[in-house]
Amino acid sequence: MNKKSSKESILRNDGFQTIVASLLCILLGLLVGYIVLLIINPSGAAGAIKSILKNFLYYPSAAAATKYFGTTLVKASALLMCSLSVLFAYKVGLFNIGAAGQYVVGAGACLYCAIALRMPWFLCLLFAVIAAALIGGISGALKAYFNVNEVISCIMLNWIGLYSVNMLLNKVKEETTPYTKNLSTTNSSALLPTLGLDKLFSNNEFVGLGLIISVLMAIVVWIILEKTKFGFELKATGMNKLAAKYCGMREKTNIILTMMISGALAGLGAACFYLTGVEQWMVQQTSVPSMGFNGIASAFLGGLNPIGAIFSSYFIQHITSGGSYVDKTMYCAQISDLISAFIIYLCGFVLFFKLWLNRYLDKREEKQGAKARKGGEA
Amino acid sequence: MLLLIQYTLIFASVLLLVALGGCFSEHSGVINIGLEGIMVMGALGGALMMKFLPDGTPAIAVILMVIVASVALGILFSLLLGVAAIQFKADQTLVGTALNLLGTAAAVVIVRAINMAENPDNVSTTVSYMKEKEAFLLKIGKFEFNWFMLIALLLLIAAYVVLYKTRFGLRLCACGEHPQAADSVGINVYKMRYAGVIISGALGGLGGVVYITAGVSEWKFENGVAGFGFLALAVMIFGQWKPVNIGLAALLFGLFRALSNVYTGFDFLMKLNIPGTLYNMFPYIISLVVLIFVSKKSRAPKAEGIPYDKGQR
Amino acid sequence: MADYAIEMLNITKKFPGIIANDNITLQLKKGEIHALLGENGAGKSTLMSVLFGLYQPEEGEIHKDGRKVEINNPNDADALGIGMVHQHFKLVECFSVLDNIILGVETTKGGILQKDEARKKVLALSQKYGFQVDPDALIEDITVGMQQRTEILKMLYRDNEILIFDEPTAVLTPQEIQELMAIMKNLAAEGKSILFITHKLAEIMQVADRCSVLRKGKYIGTVDIKDSTPEKLSAMMVGRDVNFVVEKKPVEPGKVILDVQNMTVASKRHKNNAVNGVSLTVREGEIVCIAGIDGNGQTEFVYGLTGLEPLKEGRITMNGTDITEMPIRKRSVMGMSHIPEDRHKHGLVLDYSLENNIVLQRYFEPQFTNKFGFLKKKEIREYANRLIEQYDVRSGQGPITKSRSMSGGNQQKAIIAREVDKNPEILVAVQPTRGLDVGAIEYIHKQLVAQRDAGKGVLLVSLELDEVMNVSDRILVMYEGEIVGEFDPKKVTVEELGLYMAGSKRKGAEAK
Repeated sequence: MNKKSSKESILRNDGFQTIVASLLCILLGLLVGYIVLLIINPSGAAGAIKSILKNFLYYPSAAAATKYFGTTLVKASALLMCSLSVLFAYKVGLFNIGAAGQYVVGAGACLYCAIALRMPWFLCLLFAVIAAALIGGISGALKAYFNVNEVISCIMLNWIGLYSVNMLLNKVKEETTPYTKNLSTTNSSALLPTLGLDKLFSNNEFVGLGLIISVLMAIVVWIILEKTKFGFELKATGMNKLAAKYCGMREKTNIILTMMISGALAGLGAACFYLTGVEQWMVQQTSVPSMGFNGIASAFLGGLNPIGAIFSSYFIQHITSGGSYVDKTMYCAQISDLISAFIIYLCGFVLFFKLWLNRYLDKREEKQGAKARKGGEA
Repeated sequence: MLLLIQYTLIFASVLLLVALGGCFSEHSGVINIGLEGIMVMGALGGALMMKFLPDGTPAIAVILMVIVASVALGILFSLLLGVAAIQFKADQTLVGTALNLLGTAAAVVIVRAINMAENPDNVSTTVSYMKEKEAFLLKIGKFEFNWFMLIALLLLIAAYVVLYKTRFGLRLCACGEHPQAADSVGINVYKMRYAGVIISGALGGLGGVVYITAGVSEWKFENGVAGFGFLALAVMIFGQWKPVNIGLAALLFGLFRALSNVYTGFDFLMKLNIPGTLYNMFPYIISLVVLIFVSKKSRAPKAEGIPYDKGQR
Repeated sequence: MADYAIEMLNITKKFPGIIANDNITLQLKKGEIHALLGENGAGKSTLMSVLFGLYQPEEGEIHKDGRKVEINNPNDADALGIGMVHQHFKLVECFSVLDNIILGVETTKGGILQKDEARKKVLALSQKYGFQVDPDALIEDITVGMQQRTEILKMLYRDNEILIFDEPTAVLTPQEIQELMAIMKNLAAEGKSILFITHKLAEIMQVADRCSVLRKGKYIGTVDIKDSTPEKLSAMMVGRDVNFVVEKKPVEPGKVILDVQNMTVASKRHKNNAVNGVSLTVREGEIVCIAGIDGNGQTEFVYGLTGLEPLKEGRITMNGTDITEMPIRKRSVMGMSHIPEDRHKHGLVLDYSLENNIVLQRYFEPQFTNKFGFLKKKEIREYANRLIEQYDVRSGQGPITKSRSMSGGNQQKAIIAREVDKNPEILVAVQPTRGLDVGAIEYIHKQLVAQRDAGKGVLLVSLELDEVMNVSDRILVMYEGEIVGEFDPKKVTVEELGLYMAGSKRKGAEAK
């Protein structure tokens, strides 16, 4: 009897349910990806899914694998920050689809500061955060004071941000290519310190402070949400805006503040990414980088929990990077995007899944209860 | 000037179609943030149809087949939203966003697969339809009339009639305003909401194909539809969920979008020396400004975005 | 047998954890007005939902004219001639009266709506029964009474023979109630059979032929009204004699705590002001009650008073301090407590735990938050436990229960614990007993009186005349955003109050 009830309580545990639901989403997402691959070309589908899941393990030598593991981590840390941005806003009931644009603006600000203004890395970081926070704040203010749907305003700002950043960075691009100048040659003081972490990853010079910042941020976000007065207010506002107003929380200020913090997180993510020099900005980009959108996937896949986001972000980045190892003669790398998009779609069903599970457990309990009662009567 | 009018009209047609789609969906009570993805899917259907139709197909057949393909794909894709939002009561914003990402990703994967199957070295995401596109066009002097302009206008009239003059429209709006009331007089809310979403899929898909044939004769699917689905949502809000107002709003937004294509043709605009990128940003900036003014007293359908649960009263 | 229009035989309907209807039998004769009496939660609404096809019962049968029928959805009910006026009207606000009436049974020609026939029929019906309804007016523009008539017309338009009225008088003025009673008698005389759900005894005595009583999901019995008394019905309804009168000491008001001068609040629904130049005072040790029909500006007045809405004009002073421009939080800290009208909308964060809701007004105080902004979870837990015990708030898992899963009465108790334990100077309580059972109502009334006896000011906003008469020391009647009369509850009759509430009488300067 005792044994059964403890099993029951695990099944009823919200965290446990979230993890099961997320794993289900992943499995189904991969399955769909596999089916699509099968349709395109049945012969290589299994191999392609394997390459996606293997990612850096594609390289036979341990040194190369560790090196690319490091690169995946660098990208994952940026993604983690984007997903923190999304989930932080979501706790307050805001859907920050603008993480993508805030990320872009953060990238623009830090690269401009680094290349044109020759600032050291910490100033670049700071300006990236400020710029992105301001963009986020605009959406927040529009929502708070003019009731503008934040999803639409965020999308508009994504495009405005993208075009503005392209214009800005056009001034610091290399003469012959559409890419921004290389950081290590133009202003190496803007590169984030590696703190010796590069040694751990076969001298992958991109690994460094960014990694630590992102994990730290996940913990900080968790603490803010769970342990502080501020988090208490934010969550209350997200769950019931009117009740928050009733008990004297300043819900407008909180909305703006939340969007600013969300923006700051996304901007920080961009800075931690571009200030490693791992990639340069292409000033003719015609679409917003997918980092911010993938942040939505990992935020929901992580059960909207900052600690969960660490793992989900890594997973999403892992398969996104893995996509580039599929057999290019048959498939394309975007199959990973397809999988993560489908995972977001499936996350929509998580709530229903939990509801269904709980109802099922209720029914079973009732039946068992009835049985027990009957047994007692007999 | 003629060019400006031409572009304004064609972009307005796109916005009108897609915004009307959003309008039907929202009047039934489902917020359709996924219009962008639906457009991409519709565009894909139309583009592939044009690509694979044999040369020498009569123009009228081309038009019909392209419409059928884009509408069908749009509907199919919108059902993903319908099932999740209506049957499983999923967060409509989340699912809509997923649809947008899914639309672009799927289009890229499909187009690449097709391109690579034709020629292993062709890894582009571009579909071109130079010749077939001409089926839509009718030269009137220098003005390139596009049949889709007429179709959009006809659909606007149809939307007005359907929403305000028919039993279907009355019931649809009831489901978006007060689903419990609709249910209590025996209207199947789920069915009506599916109908709303499917119509939005059809119109969104059609809008998608009009968009990619508007100015160019090939389309790179990596780019999706550049936020046009969201502009259409802004048009819908600006039009206060009313077809005629949506038509006027679409013209305004279409004008700003057209400017970025043709500003080089105007001497006085060239003299202003505004960078071209700024013109690209124009529609988005305008829509932000417009939203600021109209959002406060918006008359959105009261029950939109709220999943309908029969048990809950 | 065949003289029964509808019979519900041995109906049982269960919900998870509760048996809403337990073997209930209800027989409705043709042409009678049959009252269904019971407290909140007695199972009246569930039973009617079963009859209307919204729920399927686990056990039991429904017979119409002696034949067994299946009612699986509202369409089936409509086909059998069963119509219902729901407690919360099922009307689309931005539609016209006519559109609402024809919705679901539209006539079309070639797919296009044909409204002319319908309009003629509606006009004929309104004439026949003496309704004055403009078929082209929008629902959002007409009064609640008119909206109710639209609902009745909806049934008549469908030629329904069996009419269910679910608590139809809750939203009406006493005069409108009289008109409704007349309409109901009229309809019964025309041969319609009427089921009338209510918990108001006076109305049953006046209009019903027979009455069936439910209590806690069980069938208690059916009586002929001409052989019954209100006392007898009441005892059947609650299962014991209820002390309707609240015991309290004579009033000894002290100094003025709350002084509202000339308050005007704009309306969100129409162009006129929702509150128009209201002035009132509340003194220490008295319960001042604002009476009135729902929607006469009480809600907006409280919003203005507590800071949820800005004032257009006017001045509010609390204990001599001007608080007109003060933010909500500051008013609360200064000693204003507010039991809100809608506990789900304002009063609780339903997805928060009970303990979090209990500290919702005080979480920022140093006893619950340290100087670095971190919550003191242990102290919060202790405080919540104390209040839960002291105010007898019952829940599944104590302080960590999700508030959403608690019963309405216990949710309300939690709010009252929170607001009262703050030790306010003035307690603003808006319909604090709405939707609660008799036990909880008694408890809440005692709490209000205890606050008054402790020398606090209490401002009670109530729609229930019984509550107004029993609890208050001073009554102000609000009509269309203005105070139209001030009364001593010992010297005024319910009928007199009704006239003021309906706007047919008003005192001028005396209101102040």
